[in-house]
Amino acid sequence: MTDSQNIMKTDVLQAAATAHGKKSGTGFKQIAWQVAKQVLLLVFAVIMLYPILWMIASSLRGQNDIFKNMGLLVTQPVWSNYAKGWHALSYPFSRYFINSFVIVILAIIGNILTCSLTAYAFARLNFSFRNLMFGFMLLMLMVPIHVIVIPQYIIWNSLGMINTIVPLVLPKFLAMDGFFVFLFYQFIRGIPRDLDEAAKIDGAGHLRIFFQVLLPLMKPAIGTTAVFTFMWTWNDFFSQLIYLTKPQYYTVPIALRTFIDAQSQSSYGPMFAMSVLSIIPLFLVFCFGQRYLVEGIATTGGK
Amino acid sequence: MSYAVEFASLVKNRGKAKQKHPDNKAACGFMAPWALGAVFLSLIPMVASVVLSFTKYNMLTSPRFVGLQNFAALFKDVRFRHSLRVTFTYVIASVPLQLLAALALAVILDRGMRGLAFYRSAFYLPSMLGGSVAIAVLWKMVFGSDGLFNNFLNMFGLHLSQSWIGNPATANWTLVALHVWQFGSAMVIFLAGLRQIPRELYEAASVDGAGKWRQFRSITIPMLSPIIFFNLVMSIINSFQTFTQAFVVSGGTGGPSDSTLFYTLYLYQQGFGQLKMGYASAMAWILVLIVAVFTLINFALSKYWVYYDD
Repeated sequence: MTDSQNIMKTDVLQAAATAHGKKSGTGFKQIAWQVAKQVLLLVFAVIMLYPILWMIASSLRGQNDIFKNMGLLVTQPVWSNYAKGWHALSYPFSRYFINSFVIVILAIIGNILTCSLTAYAFARLNFSFRNLMFGFMLLMLMVPIHVIVIPQYIIWNSLGMINTIVPLVLPKFLAMDGFFVFLFYQFIRGIPRDLDEAAKIDGAGHLRIFFQVLLPLMKPAIGTTAVFTFMWTWNDFFSQLIYLTKPQYYTVPIALRTFIDAQSQSSYGPMFAMSVLSIIPLFLVFCFGQRYLVEGIATTGGK
Repeated sequence: MSYAVEFASLVKNRGKAKQKHPDNKAACGFMAPWALGAVFLSLIPMVASVVLSFTKYNMLTSPRFVGLQNFAALFKDVRFRHSLRVTFTYVIASVPLQLLAALALAVILDRGMRGLAFYRSAFYLPSMLGGSVAIAVLWKMVFGSDGLFNNFLNMFGLHLSQSWIGNPATANWTLVALHVWQFGSAMVIFLAGLRQIPRELYEAASVDGAGKWRQFRSITIPMLSPIIFFNLVMSIINSFQTFTQAFVVSGGTGGPSDSTLFYTLYLYQQGFGQLKMGYASAMAWILVLIVAVFTLINFALSKYWVYYDD
């Protein structure tokens, strides 16, 4: 009697811990419902991921096989698709990957450095026009970039910066990704001011406080910034499209797009092969940066 | 919590509390990069954009002031009106569908599902990859005439040979599907929000005899409403600026028959294709206006359904 009560109690506790408002009974109906839900979710997950899996399978198939075969099993992988795709354009894809990585890595460094500095000022310093500037930054987050893209393009063009990485990278060193400023700002505001005050009493200036007290505590925000900057810059098609027009400067997305435009009927396999390669960096970030991703999306609103 | 809300409160409290500013000197250093960028990469371009919208400018000859001619021309431009229709259809269909999918899956997964981590990753992955050119390429193949989608329909005895991307009536809807497919990131936000709702509320409601549906309507939705609202606002703003997918799927043309001529794609064609910088600037400002109106409507309607704790 007491035993069964105890078991029931733990059941209730477990149910409360895992689900709210769920009744504690574990009758046949409940189990059946759980199983049905799992099966449905699993089917749904497979449907969701199927196109991606099919793309991977197709990247290993011969031309005649791709559109006839909607399965995922590849019996005789055509690895040559990858070699063909790699050399299909005027430069090998290694070139485009290097171009992309240079831009992405510089963008990450720039964003982490300058967005955190700016955020520190907004969160901790009391200076003239603070609210006005903060308001302007938040406003720019919501205004479509297209209002500044055209004059920016004209400016960079007149400075002879088209087909350089400057228009793509310099804004990151000027904290122009307001989203990350806001992210750091939120994060710094969550750090107790007592820490700053203590350092101040010890004679530390703002620069010391920032680099020695706050920066080490900001690892999660830095991680989120790195992950999102990677994702957005890697996928940033529009700016790369307008600023990089010569094949030797192409990034991966631009090269891929040229691939489709230039493709003959016989190159679907190689095209899929390069598409797969182009999302591998994103996939790796996804695998290793999940923790940061979840934190980041909570602030972005799922962009 | 969100920057949209932060901005709103900033506007509300403007001009309050004149005070001393002891940190001006330090701020000069910390704010220098941002201030430089804000002036040269945001403020000046923005002003220039206003000016440009009243001129004709092709980057070869100097700009010529034409007054409101660009705007007048836009209202008569059939393709412009068409691009508006395409974009509105896309936004109005894809944003609610995506949020509904995200909310539904979040609620299902929240009930202590086994394998939550797996499902969360599986559903999130598409929104991570969805913005890439690779996925747009894939989409073109999936909805092509002998693509995966038609093959799938074949299994159910529907033998179609039409290309969903090539057909003007359905091309835009394949992009709506692509947007809905990326519901994962909104779902992750909802999941985080659901975890914030105190359990006691549900227990109390349960004691009072409220069923699952009633609990969902009277507890989950109100408690989650600030997050739904933020998602809705940002989602609308972002969807209006969809570019990559439409560009890749149509090869930059917005075809077939302009059925995927999204607003920003047309802006790109006018500005960077035909170098009509004045015309494109005018378009950019109309987009700002549209987005602003949508956002204001959202904020105005929010007091009827968004529930704030404080």
